[in-house]
Amino acid sequence: MEQIRIHGRGGQGSVTMASMLAKAAFESGKEAQGFPSFGVERLGAPIEAFVRIDDREITDRSQVYEPDIVIVQDPTLIELVDVEEGLDEDGIMVVNTSEDVDDLNLETEAEVVAVDATNIALEHLGKPIMNTALCGAFAKVTGLVEKGSMAKVIEETFEGEIGEKNVKAMEEAYEVC
Amino acid sequence: MEKMLTGYDAVAEAVKACNPDVIPAYPITPQTDIVEKISEMVADGELTSEYVRVDSEFNAASTALGASAAGARIFTATCSQGLKLMSEPLFSASGMRLPLVLGIANRSLSAPLSIWGDHTDTFAERDGGMIQFYAEDVQEAMDNIALAYRVAEDKEISLPALSCLDGFILTHVQEKVDAFTEKEIKEFLPERDPVHTLDPSDPTTMGAYARPEHWTETRYEVHKAVKRAKDKIGEAVEDFADIFDREYGLEHSGLVETYRSEDADVIIVALGSVCGTIRYVIDEYRDKGEKVGLVRPRVYRPFPKEELNKVLEDAEAIAVMEKDVSLGYQGGLAIDLKSSLYSNGTMIPVLNYIVGLAGRDVTKDNIRKVVEETKDVRGKDPRDVEEEERWEPLRDELLSGDKDD
Repeated sequence: MEQIRIHGRGGQGSVTMASMLAKAAFESGKEAQGFPSFGVERLGAPIEAFVRIDDREITDRSQVYEPDIVIVQDPTLIELVDVEEGLDEDGIMVVNTSEDVDDLNLETEAEVVAVDATNIALEHLGKPIMNTALCGAFAKVTGLVEKGSMAKVIEETFEGEIGEKNVKAMEEAYEVC
Repeated sequence: MEKMLTGYDAVAEAVKACNPDVIPAYPITPQTDIVEKISEMVADGELTSEYVRVDSEFNAASTALGASAAGARIFTATCSQGLKLMSEPLFSASGMRLPLVLGIANRSLSAPLSIWGDHTDTFAERDGGMIQFYAEDVQEAMDNIALAYRVAEDKEISLPALSCLDGFILTHVQEKVDAFTEKEIKEFLPERDPVHTLDPSDPTTMGAYARPEHWTETRYEVHKAVKRAKDKIGEAVEDFADIFDREYGLEHSGLVETYRSEDADVIIVALGSVCGTIRYVIDEYRDKGEKVGLVRPRVYRPFPKEELNKVLEDAEAIAVMEKDVSLGYQGGLAIDLKSSLYSNGTMIPVLNYIVGLAGRDVTKDNIRKVVEETKDVRGKDPRDVEEEERWEPLRDELLSGDKDD
């Protein structure tokens, strides 16, 4: 079973991202579970969301303590939250940042992948809504969800032209990672 | 059709398929998303139910009671303090033999204020003559809504039913669900055919004043109806399995589900979503060759005494892990289970663990510790096992004194 933790801020769509990744895993023929950190959400405050992906039915209802993959939507969180906590040393961390990995002040032994998802989102959407680009990076570096499944879920989540633009953002991030 | 749904979406979809006539609704976290979703369905014309926005949960349950008396199919949802406000009309509804189906997103009760989940809210309604279902996953939360309607509206039952799913843990998780539609559910769930209705052309009185010479017999009839629900749940679960190919404890009248418990020395008994996590720990023990199993009551009232006694009789030690406590004594499920076993002469030690209150995570380590401690009392006479407080875990640094005071 692969466990994923997403770090974002209230309003950045961490829960939507967890939902899209879980749905894409389901579309890729896997079992999946997506859930938010339970409780009260506030705009701008650090927030977490989780995904589990497996080949067999997932019935684990406990929280995620040792993720295999961590996604950081907002690099300013690295100074505020222990985004590395519990991350498996063979795991992967995907960070939305314009900086080089070496400049991120991370100590984890896990592989760290930097992707400028905000910039990709600005190019395609004209807005810094970077979730779909990060989904593309996730699909590429983890191989846990298929690109086609990811595109299908994004089109279902955002209808029409907005959906198409988000698919393009996802695909560009997939290519550059 | 299989799709990814949250628990609240799945309950709303189930309600849509069962097509109630009247839905009085009032929001409370973490149930709010259920009635919000349903209000969207009504606003979008997908659901033709009369959606009544009321000013409190007391009014929601009272409106539900009134509409049920007029012969309508009813749905409402709540939890926690909201269920306490509904409690008075719900006790009346059972006494008046009016079927209602409620979705309950189980949550703790104040104080301290907590929005997180446990079973304190529904356990406090135990004695009200309501059927109580507990779901382990989102699929079961959806399916239990249909089962609840079928049993609650049965003419021989005619009672309120609470279809419980763990707040946040199940309401807010998204997972794969095989969702049924209104067309599919029609084969399983007939239209409501009420025994008596409030009708101006043929006036009747419901819930009238009863003097001591009548009241006891009325209550006895409600008691018998709740007990009769056991067989009705068994029949409903069989029909459901035939139509939808999903089974819920078929061998145990749909009341109890078991996991690797047939030859188990140590058995954990628990309700709801925590059972999913317990399954992983049981697999670990089984991989080591240790005989550990799970018994999961799907229904708490009526209490599945015979079914539990049967699946537990060969165990050497039992742990009840429950998300409620009757303050001043023990957990409600453990109290009932011990009465059930010991009155049957089945003298197996039962350790009572209070876990997961107000959303505290129940980890695999917590469950392993429970199994290890329960292994230590295998084969003992229950009278030789000390009755100590087992709250797993309890943070000693937050307590005012010795926890065993």
